[in-house]
Amino acid sequence: MAGTQSKSSGGRAKSATKARGAMKNVPALAEFSKDEELNAYREMLFIRRFEEKAGQLYGMGLIGGFCHLYIGQEAVVVGMEMAKEKGDQMITSYRDHAHMLACGMDPKGVMAELTGRSGGLSKGKGGSMHMFSKEQEFYGGHGIVGAQVALGTGLAFANRYKENGKVSMAFFGDGAANQGQVYESFNMAKLWNLPVIYIIENNRYGMGTSVERASSTTDLSQRGASFGIPGVQVDGMDVRAVKAATDYAMEWCREGNGPYILEMITYRYRGHSMSDPAKYRSKDEVQKMRSEHDPIEQVRARLLEKEWSSEDDLKAIDKEVRAVVAASAEFAQNDPEPDPSELYTDIVL
Amino acid sequence: MAVEILMPALSPTMEEGKLAKWLKKEGDTVAAGDVIAEIETDKATMEVEAVDEGVLGRILVTEGTEEVKVNAPIAVLLEEGEDASAADKLGAASAAPAAAETPAVPAAPVAPAAPVESVVPADPEIPAGTKMVSRTVREALRDAMAEEMRRNENVFLMGEEVAQYQGAYKISQGLLDEFGERRVIDTPITEHGFTGLAVGAAMAGLNPIVEFMTFNFAMQAIDHIINSAAKTLYMSGGQMGAPVVFRGPNGAAARVGAQHSQDFAAWYASIPGLKVIQPYSATDAKGLLKAAIRDPNPVVFLENEILYGQHFDVPEVEDLVLPIGKARIVREGTDATMVSWGIGMTYALQAVDELAKQGVSVELIDLRTIRPLDMDTVLASVRKTGRLVTVEEAFPICSVSSEIAYQVQSEAFDWLDAPILRVTGKDVPMPYAANLEKLALPDAREVIDAVKAVTYTA
Ligand SMILES: Cc1ncc(C[n+]2csc(CCOP(=O)(O)OP(=O)(O)O)c2C)c(N)n1
Ligand SMILES: [Mg+2]
Repeated sequence: MAGTQSKSSGGRAKSATKARGAMKNVPALAEFSKDEELNAYREMLFIRRFEEKAGQLYGMGLIGGFCHLYIGQEAVVVGMEMAKEKGDQMITSYRDHAHMLACGMDPKGVMAELTGRSGGLSKGKGGSMHMFSKEQEFYGGHGIVGAQVALGTGLAFANRYKENGKVSMAFFGDGAANQGQVYESFNMAKLWNLPVIYIIENNRYGMGTSVERASSTTDLSQRGASFGIPGVQVDGMDVRAVKAATDYAMEWCREGNGPYILEMITYRYRGHSMSDPAKYRSKDEVQKMRSEHDPIEQVRARLLEKEWSSEDDLKAIDKEVRAVVAASAEFAQNDPEPDPSELYTDIVL
Repeated sequence: MAVEILMPALSPTMEEGKLAKWLKKEGDTVAAGDVIAEIETDKATMEVEAVDEGVLGRILVTEGTEEVKVNAPIAVLLEEGEDASAADKLGAASAAPAAAETPAVPAAPVAPAAPVESVVPADPEIPAGTKMVSRTVREALRDAMAEEMRRNENVFLMGEEVAQYQGAYKISQGLLDEFGERRVIDTPITEHGFTGLAVGAAMAGLNPIVEFMTFNFAMQAIDHIINSAAKTLYMSGGQMGAPVVFRGPNGAAARVGAQHSQDFAAWYASIPGLKVIQPYSATDAKGLLKAAIRDPNPVVFLENEILYGQHFDVPEVEDLVLPIGKARIVREGTDATMVSWGIGMTYALQAVDELAKQGVSVELIDLRTIRPLDMDTVLASVRKTGRLVTVEEAFPICSVSSEIAYQVQSEAFDWLDAPILRVTGKDVPMPYAANLEKLALPDAREVIDAVKAVTYTA
């Protein structure tokens, strides 16, 4: 596990970020109140239970196609959600269920989209990889690796154009970080000082390829160095570290300094999608992550240690969360399929 | 309460699998998340994790059993303290017969005409009496690449997950072992970059095979396929070309939504300087991929994920190389001509065989190559039957069907007895919902209706 917010490793890259004063005064960990800890716990647990249920429904044949679970990475999106303001936008890849839940989209609508029903957020027409919400400023759900990086830069362009003070958050993977359009976007974002946070969710693998096998330099936080975009690595398994780094990056963007890169060092416990046997890594590697770095267990341990919650309190939260997930699954199984006439709607206006 | 553990679906295309191994015995305690069994899907061996906790009361499907249907009960999980009789009760209740298989082609009203015999002509490229072996399209493609790599040191394979992972769809299985890292190369996810790199390597004398994980992602790289590969021979006045094979699955798979389901045949087929192949059978996949790798031009080779696992009889010959640009008549007939290719052939074949039973004799042509189009074969057939139906999964507008219809009306207008009809995917982005996806794709019923319309037998 890379350390919390290690500064850049390469010599030249280091001076490039340093010259811009990146992360000089960033606290490593956000100080969480009891309410914040409880909120983080509930949100992360909710995402995990939701994803476990989605995995089950896939196994039963109720969800088809690709289904990419977020289990293990929960601290990233929850910590960022805690730092964002209303109106800030999010955009991500196909591994998107958690982002939608975190930004407040209806879990019934998400689950029903996974089962392809009329009550799904895209009326059943998008599926697991393609959901959107104008209301919650969530811009999808994209299946083409890297596409959301240019799109997220466009959201930031619109923010600057309208001078609305909002920040765009563009999430992408370690694998996506090698796509050409990422660097075309970086250049424009810095050239025009657009308010965008690029969040690289480095879960160590792009499908079956480890970062080391795909990237000539593996400190992805420094990928913006040649454009003058500062960046840091963050312990993406610790929700407090995510929150602290995001607070800093948000302020950087809102003050008009242009883009910022946060490389979240994280891990996915499951295979790339439901059909990936994940033979490219050892069971020990996964087990070690689960037992030593689990984002939910970390919060749970703190809540108990500080005596902010009892075992019973936490059980009650688990029960509440399971009930919401069960209700979503229930809805998603009983909601009707879209009407056949929907085949020809929403194509052009 | 006892609960059944069901055979899980673990890939978009999995309908059944083999229960390879039980990792827990009857009587063992299991916790949620424990691996209880291993199953082989159409692509890989996967672990099955317990979802609930309890005691494994009864194993209903013994290890080694093949063709276990998705959602069939495979074991019964008892709650702590419950005895095994609970498992028996549940087992008995679920022993009801499985739902009847629905026929691929819905029953049609009885036609008055007597059935005609389906005439299946031999492939003129395959010597009579050649021994046939059953192969999947997946194996045929792998064998084609392996044979050509053995034959020519300059042939190499590159793409995402082609080496260590053995291919996202397992087409390159075993190639890394045989040819090593120099010739079987995992790339980063950088389609535009590695496609350009391959074209450059081809200009310098190598023969790259570029695998796109799917052709949807080749849109990232289409500039190099068209501007760099297809046009170089012409722009250089014939001095240099780009002998690259661009291959991978193309078109719809199963429930993968709008961005992962497009058929690009018509896009590439409109480009002078490219050859475009879209095979259906394993024999054509093998023989035409070998031809494509030897071809001095850039070749776009469009495969289909649904076809990968299908078995065909493949001739066992030393060196199966089939001619690019030649269609094949797969059913002889007299009442109408049907032209199809790639996965469209599955609907076409179902329809033609059903129509034969109803007394309508259809001549079915598998185009195999989309560019250059073998119009000689198509026109000869249309001049015989006077009617034409085309079948493909792609979008209808500006499709390969449109081009065929144009050429037929211009070359065989006087022979036509009915308007040309096309059966295609619908003119909509691919929806995710199961019912809508079905509606968006063609089916045998639509093909039968089209033939009845052009033969005025509806
Ligand atoms: C342009 C493009 N190329 C390839 C793919 C197939 N693909 C889907 S996800 C993926 C791996 C991406 O890895 P990463 O960016 O690390 O994200 P993660 O899945 O780990 O969240 C690949 C190769 C695609 N969807 N789009
Ligand atoms: Mg990754």
